[in-house]
Amino acid sequence: MTVAAVSRLQYRPKLLLLAAAVVVLALLALLPPYIGLYQTQLLTYGLIAAIAALGFNLLLGYTGLLSFGHSAFFGIGAYSVALLLRDAGIHSMELYVLIGLPIAAVTSALFGYICVRHTRIFFGILTLALSQVLWTLAYKFFWVTGGSDGLRVARPTLLAGMLTFTGGGSFQRFINAYYYYVLGVFAICVVIMWVIVHSPFGKALQAIRDNETRAAFLGLRIRRFRWVSFLISGTFTGLAGILWVPLNGLTTPEVLYWPFSGEIVFTTLLGGFRNFTGPIVGGVLFTYLKTYAVATTEYWQLLLGVVLVLLVVLLPTGIVGAISAVADKLWPQEKSS
Amino acid sequence: MTILIIQILNSLFYASVLFLIAAGLSLIFGVMRIVNMAHGTFYAVGAFVTAWLVGRAIALGVPAGWTFLLIPVGAGVVALLGIVIEPLLRPFYRRAEEYQLLVTFGLLLILEDVIRLLWGGLPLSADPVMDVLPSIHIGGLIYPGYNLVVIAIGAAAAVGLWAVIYRTKFGVMLRATSQDRRMASALGLNVALIYVSAFAIGCFMAGLGGAIIVPSQAAVLGMGIDALVLAFVVVVIGGLGSLQGALVGALIVSFVRTAGIQFFPEIELAVLYLIAAVVLLVKPTGLFGTA
Amino acid sequence: MILLETVDLSKRFGDVRACDGVNFTVNKGEFLSLVGSNGAGKTSLVNLISGHLKPNSGRILFEGKDVTFATVYERIKAGIARSFQIVNLFDGLSVFDNVALSIFSREGKIARIAALADHDQDVRRETFDVLGRFGLNGKSSVPAGGLAQGERKLLDVAVAYALRPKLLFLDEPTSGVSTREKTQIMDTVSSVVRAGAVTAVVIEHDMDVVFRYSDRIAMMHEGRFLADGTPEEIRANKDVANILLGAPLSA
Repeated sequence: MTVAAVSRLQYRPKLLLLAAAVVVLALLALLPPYIGLYQTQLLTYGLIAAIAALGFNLLLGYTGLLSFGHSAFFGIGAYSVALLLRDAGIHSMELYVLIGLPIAAVTSALFGYICVRHTRIFFGILTLALSQVLWTLAYKFFWVTGGSDGLRVARPTLLAGMLTFTGGGSFQRFINAYYYYVLGVFAICVVIMWVIVHSPFGKALQAIRDNETRAAFLGLRIRRFRWVSFLISGTFTGLAGILWVPLNGLTTPEVLYWPFSGEIVFTTLLGGFRNFTGPIVGGVLFTYLKTYAVATTEYWQLLLGVVLVLLVVLLPTGIVGAISAVADKLWPQEKSS
Repeated sequence: MTILIIQILNSLFYASVLFLIAAGLSLIFGVMRIVNMAHGTFYAVGAFVTAWLVGRAIALGVPAGWTFLLIPVGAGVVALLGIVIEPLLRPFYRRAEEYQLLVTFGLLLILEDVIRLLWGGLPLSADPVMDVLPSIHIGGLIYPGYNLVVIAIGAAAAVGLWAVIYRTKFGVMLRATSQDRRMASALGLNVALIYVSAFAIGCFMAGLGGAIIVPSQAAVLGMGIDALVLAFVVVVIGGLGSLQGALVGALIVSFVRTAGIQFFPEIELAVLYLIAAVVLLVKPTGLFGTA
Repeated sequence: MILLETVDLSKRFGDVRACDGVNFTVNKGEFLSLVGSNGAGKTSLVNLISGHLKPNSGRILFEGKDVTFATVYERIKAGIARSFQIVNLFDGLSVFDNVALSIFSREGKIARIAALADHDQDVRRETFDVLGRFGLNGKSSVPAGGLAQGERKLLDVAVAYALRPKLLFLDEPTSGVSTREKTQIMDTVSSVVRAGAVTAVVIEHDMDVVFRYSDRIAMMHEGRFLADGTPEEIRANKDVANILLGAPLSA
């Protein structure tokens, strides 16, 4: 086939995708005045959850490794911010990200190094064990971490100190400004992750996921690829933690505790872990579901467990996967090139 | 010197409990090739059920001595739970590992909240059982006789399990099924029955672990997760699927933990994980594991 | 010109001699079929050469260099590739990606994280070229797991071929496929050999295929080579006929 034909094929579906993404982004940007302050705040939490899930899914959906300890990275991000505020007096959101992100990255690198040497079951429980270590440390060293009371976090300054939120009406201003801030970070995260999974590296990860033996035969250094994937995954989730704590105003050991890891797993499964947008949808949807579940019953963890089992049995490809399967049936895609 | 003996006894006590949990986990994995993420929670259920039964019995005026019999009852309840749950898990033995882990993780979430629903957030204890037995004097120090009974139970369980697996016809069937499921069923073995039995035994062990520890240590929320992680460290060190491994692993973990609590109380957990990490580096299948 | 040579290569599994002092050569540009009954040692020999098995004794020389202790990856880089008896693909990835991965790996581009895989024009062009040769162009965006058995076999060979090896081992490439697909696979392999692009050694049980496509046939029996020659020579060889028919060997 001609080079021109090859090029045309490449770009058309991508332009469509880009157009759709821009539309969604524009819609999200226009929402706040229409949905009110509470919903805007909720949506911000949703986007943060989506970032965490996006990172998590690089490891699960694309590399085939199921971690039960991602709360560790979220928590490290959150506590880094709290400690930077309390002990270094830093208020700048940008500094939180600049300093917090490497901390999350180093933690992921370390945990990843220990975990990726192993097979699926051991990997999963090793991640759980390591996150539990962090959780116990947060409890035991209560003079550092505030123990079960946690640490409070005041409103940060955004855009290198240009935006501050004190005085009258500052709550509304903060929520609105923070929403756009998180939306911007979210958009950047989506683009970065999209490039990663469509790069040769991303394809290699999927190859390792599908057939480790053959991947090794192709000369791929399995452990190294998995480790890098783990590193990126933990860093994304850490970023979510960094973004989360100024909004929540408080961080407690709960975000290091294993059920929180379970939530992250759940969000990804809910949206579907075999495609790119699944975790995003799952993250946003889960935030809403959890908010209403917590408001409805004290035993929402039970509800989560039941829905998790139902999802695995009935909807293993998640919501996006199911929609995608239905769409394929209605509009069968041209498979030939 | 006396302190040393006490520490050794404490370690053996703890090792008994750990062995029960880990052996159950290993047995289920050995036969069905599935790791039950909720296994630690079964242990917790055993603890709560036993503590609750003891509480009710005492309230009903049952003499404390008889409450001892509630220990196997507590374990039995967990075994029953296992019998009910196993057929629901069976469709997942053939599916991808992620789904197995996710489903059992969902089970974990459900059971943990069921515990909270049934017994609330406060710790539940079963001290009366412990008080039944006399204290022993060891070189001037008082040591609960109950702990020695627990050690005996642990040893008996190890021997009993070994005997069942290696000396009975049922054990042969278990081992055959774990080696080759299809072959076993082609030979006419009722694989479903074996699965349920293996799962029930595994759950009974976990429940027994919970039942015997609760007189000494109150049942609290989250004990299941801690137990799961520790049981995991045991099977990592000892090797998943191996009975000897569970025993040796339990002993090692227990002794290290006791030493850790004595000398590095802050980071005793971390020391354990460090050992597990080292074992994983050096011999990934564990000391006795068959991968 | 000799491309590959084994010198006294031996591999034992307990008492079984899978390969017994084998002296085997492969000439550049030929289409060689490796035949023999099951257990004769063919797959073991290929495993030894590709690096998936370590020999007990003997040497392997590729293009004059000793590769006896080289890793699998080093041998791939040197130019030895193989397909597997049981088809081994990346089922979740598209047909296109399966082949492209071989090329990325070969070119050392596989670890690139900041570039889109689809945008590498050189790789794209070569991938479509390879797919075209194997008749898989129409299925390039289908996930490998969704292909029919015959197509999977084709893809398996294509993936090995995309590594641009100098020496390609195919382990029973036509087992389990229809006659039409058999022809397609063997025609393709034969044509790339004729075009001088690769030297092929094929383990095969279908004697029709063997006689139709091979330049040379080598027969193994109990870890050793029993016969080695052109199809005509093999046809005339009494021992070969006896093995195939089950009669005792001549002294």
